[in-house]
Amino acid sequence: MSDNPFSLWVYLSQSPLLWLTVTLLIYAVTDAVSLKTRRHPLANPVLHSLWIIGAFLLVTKTSYTTYFAGAQFVHFLLGPATVALAVPLYENRRRVAAAILPMLVALAVGSLTAIVSVVLLAQAFGLPRDIILSLAPKSVTAGVAMGISESLHADPSLTAVSVILTGIMGAIIVTPLMNFTGITDFRGRGFAAGIAAHGIGTARAFQVDEVAGVFAGIAMSLNALVTSLLVPLAVTYLVR
Amino acid sequence: MIASLSLILLCQLVGEVAVRALGVPVPGPVVGLVFLLLLLLARDRFPALARGPLGDDGVESASRAMLANLSLLFVPAGVGVVQKLDLLAEHGIAILVILAVSVIVTLLATVATFVAASSLLPREEDRP
Repeated sequence: MSDNPFSLWVYLSQSPLLWLTVTLLIYAVTDAVSLKTRRHPLANPVLHSLWIIGAFLLVTKTSYTTYFAGAQFVHFLLGPATVALAVPLYENRRRVAAAILPMLVALAVGSLTAIVSVVLLAQAFGLPRDIILSLAPKSVTAGVAMGISESLHADPSLTAVSVILTGIMGAIIVTPLMNFTGITDFRGRGFAAGIAAHGIGTARAFQVDEVAGVFAGIAMSLNALVTSLLVPLAVTYLVR
Repeated sequence: MIASLSLILLCQLVGEVAVRALGVPVPGPVVGLVFLLLLLLARDRFPALARGPLGDDGVESASRAMLANLSLLFVPAGVGVVQKLDLLAEHGIAILVILAVSVIVTLLATVATFVAASSLLPREEDRP
């Protein structure tokens, strides 16, 4: 037994083991709670993991850098997971081919709306230029958005935060909003969730309806492609 | 499993190399996605490709496992919010309002366009 209990903490808090375990454990708990509430939108596991882990870091005075040294093993998988989206796209190629026109039109409109609305709103609120650039790619999956942000010399970590906030808000709001509009086409509902709220919206869509989930996944991968081409263009024309 | 994961990583690697070599502003994993999709489509045409990770549901089941836990992967980046608390104290309300309005507008614009565009097409069931 160590004579000083703090030396054990100092050792553990510097090792990847502790923070990787904390990340997986807290997510496992919040995901179980979400399942218990039959996937209530407000029981979003990402939302609750974030504040619990965040509070834990603040209370233990652990820097984000130390935390990330452990959690990066999970973060790294965002890249391979993006590649893996080829599989649902491939498996549903017939359904995708049948809806290819509505999807392409909705992709163009949705992708543009996501970028232009956030840039114009941020300008209307008088936010500084570097924040506007960091918010612009907020509707695509974190790995891709951070890449876009880097190429614009914006702040990738602020982009990551806005991507995740966007995803959580989209996942919470999509079901009540769509029920309110009375639209029952789950292809369209899922597609919108994937365009507006990337992976977190896609995870939500899969909870609601299998077809919605597939279309959300397709929307998310197509949007990752289109947004990485559109954001640099939009920024050139919209941000002075 | 390992072979399937290797194939996914290899696609990402090819994507990263292609992006760097061509200097295009598209993220590497997105090019990797296209590359894996092309491989899967090529397998349909050339059955000889259906081996290793491309045979027997290999790369498919590895991908499904990864995508089933997609929202977990956003947690480490999201916890980065603790670094941005001063920025959020200053602009947080504005940022939250902007993101919320943008999400709602995007959801509505996308679903409306999708529904409108598909109503212009003949329904799937009516086709031969």
